[in-house]
Amino acid sequence: MKEKTLTELALLLQQRELSSVELTQYYLDRIQRLDTTLNSFISVTGEEALKQAAVADQKIAVGEAGPLTGVPIAHKDIFCTQGVRTSCGSKMLDNFIAPYNATVVEKMSEAGVVMLGKTNMDEFAMGSSNENSFYGAVSNPWNREYVPGGSSGGSAAAVAARLTPAATGTDTGGSIRQPAALCGVTGLKPTYGRVSRWGMIAFASSLDQGGPLTQSAEDAALMLSAMAGFDPKDSTSMEREVPDYSATLNNPLQGVRIGLPREYFSEGLDGGVENVVQEAIAEYRKMGAEVVDIDLPNTRLAVPTYYVVAPAECSSNLSRFDGVRYGHRCDDPRDLEDLYKRSRGEGFGDEVKRRIMIGAYTLSAGYYDAYYLKAQRLRRLISEDFQRAFERVDVIMGPVTPTTAFRKGEKSDDPVNMYLSDIYTIAVSLAGLPGMSIPAGFSDGMPVGLQLIGNHFDESRLLNLAHQYQQVSDWHRQAPEDMA
Amino acid sequence: MEWEIVIGLEIHAQLATKTKIFSPAATAFGAEPNTQACAIDLGMPGVLPVLNREVVRMATKFGLAIDAEVAHHSVFARKNYFYPDLPKGYQISQFELPIVGKGVLEIDLEDGSSKTIGVTRAHLEEDAGKSLHEDYHGMSGIDLNRAGTPLLEIVSEPDIRSSAEAVAYAKKIHSLVQYLEICDGNMQEGSFRMDVNISLRPVGQEAYGTRAEIKNLNSFRFMEKAIAYEFDRQMDILEEGGKVVQETRLFDVDKGETRSMRSKEEANDYRYFPDPDLLPVVLDEVYIESVRKELPELPNEKKHRFITHLGLSSYDASVLTGSREMAAYFEAVAEAAGGENKQAANWVMGELSAALNKAGTALADSPVTAGMLGGMIKRIADKTISGKIAKQVFEAMWSGEGSADNVIEKRGLKQITDNAAIESMIDAVIAANPAQAEQYRAGKEQLLGFFVGQVMKVSKGQANPGQVNQILREKLK
Amino acid sequence: MSLEKREIEKIAHLARLAIDESAIPGYAEDLTGILDLVDQMSAVDTEGVEPLAHPHDAVQRLREDVVTEENQRERLQSNAPQTDSGLFLVPKVIE
Repeated sequence: MKEKTLTELALLLQQRELSSVELTQYYLDRIQRLDTTLNSFISVTGEEALKQAAVADQKIAVGEAGPLTGVPIAHKDIFCTQGVRTSCGSKMLDNFIAPYNATVVEKMSEAGVVMLGKTNMDEFAMGSSNENSFYGAVSNPWNREYVPGGSSGGSAAAVAARLTPAATGTDTGGSIRQPAALCGVTGLKPTYGRVSRWGMIAFASSLDQGGPLTQSAEDAALMLSAMAGFDPKDSTSMEREVPDYSATLNNPLQGVRIGLPREYFSEGLDGGVENVVQEAIAEYRKMGAEVVDIDLPNTRLAVPTYYVVAPAECSSNLSRFDGVRYGHRCDDPRDLEDLYKRSRGEGFGDEVKRRIMIGAYTLSAGYYDAYYLKAQRLRRLISEDFQRAFERVDVIMGPVTPTTAFRKGEKSDDPVNMYLSDIYTIAVSLAGLPGMSIPAGFSDGMPVGLQLIGNHFDESRLLNLAHQYQQVSDWHRQAPEDMA
Repeated sequence: MEWEIVIGLEIHAQLATKTKIFSPAATAFGAEPNTQACAIDLGMPGVLPVLNREVVRMATKFGLAIDAEVAHHSVFARKNYFYPDLPKGYQISQFELPIVGKGVLEIDLEDGSSKTIGVTRAHLEEDAGKSLHEDYHGMSGIDLNRAGTPLLEIVSEPDIRSSAEAVAYAKKIHSLVQYLEICDGNMQEGSFRMDVNISLRPVGQEAYGTRAEIKNLNSFRFMEKAIAYEFDRQMDILEEGGKVVQETRLFDVDKGETRSMRSKEEANDYRYFPDPDLLPVVLDEVYIESVRKELPELPNEKKHRFITHLGLSSYDASVLTGSREMAAYFEAVAEAAGGENKQAANWVMGELSAALNKAGTALADSPVTAGMLGGMIKRIADKTISGKIAKQVFEAMWSGEGSADNVIEKRGLKQITDNAAIESMIDAVIAANPAQAEQYRAGKEQLLGFFVGQVMKVSKGQANPGQVNQILREKLK
Repeated sequence: MSLEKREIEKIAHLARLAIDESAIPGYAEDLTGILDLVDQMSAVDTEGVEPLAHPHDAVQRLREDVVTEENQRERLQSNAPQTDSGLFLVPKVIE
């Protein structure tokens, strides 16, 4: 059963070949048996999951089921889940029981989805390796010595190990696409504003976007249809119709124009990764797509720009964690300042502190123009690079990461080196574009992802292209053999 | 040395909306602690702000009322600092691009002159909660009901040169926001709070001195006192060759002095940046013009009309337009009085205001309605009663004896205008005072007053004074 | 650019983070490295480029002024470290 995709499982449920309770129990058993070595879940909500499954079965029985009714999924622990601990991977929120649901959680719940639990993540979504979690590092299912990527590392590892058919994630600078690539699953970061941010604990508000991690593009289309949509509670949510993403999956690729940014195929890109990516692109040529070289000249500025914008927003967003109304409070504070400093000093991990400090520094008096304002200007240049490219091509393709998964501990002492591994994903986030990572093969036994970048709100096309590739390849069907 | 005081005001007017600026929680005053603080107001994880439509409309009204440019594009920014009454660790405010730009306000001074004060800007922001300092197990309590309440911060230019001007300006803004119905003006409940920036400079010097800011004044009287105290304090420092420290100070109402706010003294670095959770507020001309159409007649327009159309003096017009409520009351009185505008003004500003003051009653609760007062003035005009009797009638109306006509009827206060009746009373008075009549006829004409008094006494004040005068003069010839 | 101990202390204070004395050199080194990375921005002339605060050229939507949030104090305070009579408690606030 584990090899079945979300789409296939949903069909089995609707045909009543299988009950949601059976299916949910099956995945709960797998989590219990296999997650001890992966650590991909922070919380498993078995009891509640089985209740939700029973409700779903009833709905199916009376014919009130939707396309996702009864399928189990997992939520990244950044989404608020009412009555369930929502930790954001942090000691700060280790004791936080969310009093409301995130809009994404609410929408999935309305669609009849069963929640298996909450997945592990880098603390407050800051990290590219999932080593920055208060709940410990997550292992890559393809090799336990390796990181799964981050920050949605728990979701990616859980889907790769088939501990859940699908999971939600969030992407600020690559946090869906990079772990999807490193774990060999399908990950989609939608256009900024496509998915509501309400109840999704903020890291960098102008960049954060929720999206699905799944086995296939077909599954991602199903998930996105349920997650996306205008939310009056989020001022940055866009008032646009949600298309039927499943309906266009089989559009022919004849004449589709694919752009390959020269800057994404230059020094720093691992040869093994490049070969896999080029082979995948060759498949697209075979399917009738036209491939051209393009330029994104400001690519090298994306990482520096991001490390001004994101920390600045994060330093302000994380000020609310002060030990007063919720979250960690230090013992016996001497005075107010002591309460703030120790609660925050104890509650946040090193990487979070680093970013808060960088943000506080770059926004402080005298530095604003040189850092924040400068970064916003560069953000426009980076965004304009893409807009020019989309005048010539329909989709941009390239690698997701410069290398495959690295070993645990390999980069954890060198934050800048870690940051640079997000070079191909960050510019897309700054421009607010949709980006996708799909499994495209292996290099030295570790998965390689192909990145698809679309114009604003062009998720349908990304899903269409990804699905067509998955019709002629089976990389997305491959799972680690020892995860039986 | 002679010193000149330079004052600028920052006024926080709480906008009279039903809900918070960024959340749909109620803004009503006086609720149980934290019962009107929703997840957004508490800065819970994952919550987001959405701007209240009404807040934008109210700020636009204010901008139009002071002839300011209403921004087509304004931006909310975060002001970052830690304080327990500030749940998110930042206040959402406006920094570089406020909704209302430069405007002007004309103030009226006691000597009858007027002065134009510049308004630098007015911007929208959210209010903070409250720290309660009563002892809770040796700790402070935080009530966040007020957190997120919409404020319009109105910043003046440093154009003010005396405490009298400061008070006149503040009162004018206070009246204006109530005219516009964008703020209830309730100072006890904190709906209208003033921060005063004060500096001194030698007379004739152009450069400003170092200023101190006195925060959170909630009465015009306290503001006047605080300015006076601060003037003396800074002058003492400067005359002794010292330097004024740029700082925030609080006015201690009991001691009548200002003192430094130590806890907020630390050099602030607010790290302003545009709030990424909110988008630019864009207002087009069509919107701005539609709000302009909603504007009521503004105090200055009303004052002008009172002078030119109703024939009032500039002083009376300015007093009567001091509040929208007072102006409306006056206009209703004048109408009921059949166009006796000056009389109406005199009665509203005189007897009525005195009675309200004495009883501590608000105009809205006055036992004498505008219709009643106008009806009474009509009776003075048609000579049913004299001005003197009218005072009695007013008192009777005040104590609940009904309309002027009722009182006149019931108490028999109708003026005696029958010549024959008056003549007979005069004859009797002259007969009873032969010596005085003799003296008058011998040229001591100031005795006329004595005879008038006697006749009025006999008539219980009801004889028409004009007729009494005229007939007396003839009879004593 | 290289951050000194004093600057780390100042930033940590601004951000209200207690930092161990022994950890300061590590932070100084890391933050300096990040600022060096960030300083690559200065190589580009951005004269006349409009800052981009938000990926879309969208405008703020306005909400109707209608109360829809009722009192939920009990639920919202269920995570609070210390409360009394509906108030959040903190060490004495001195004004």
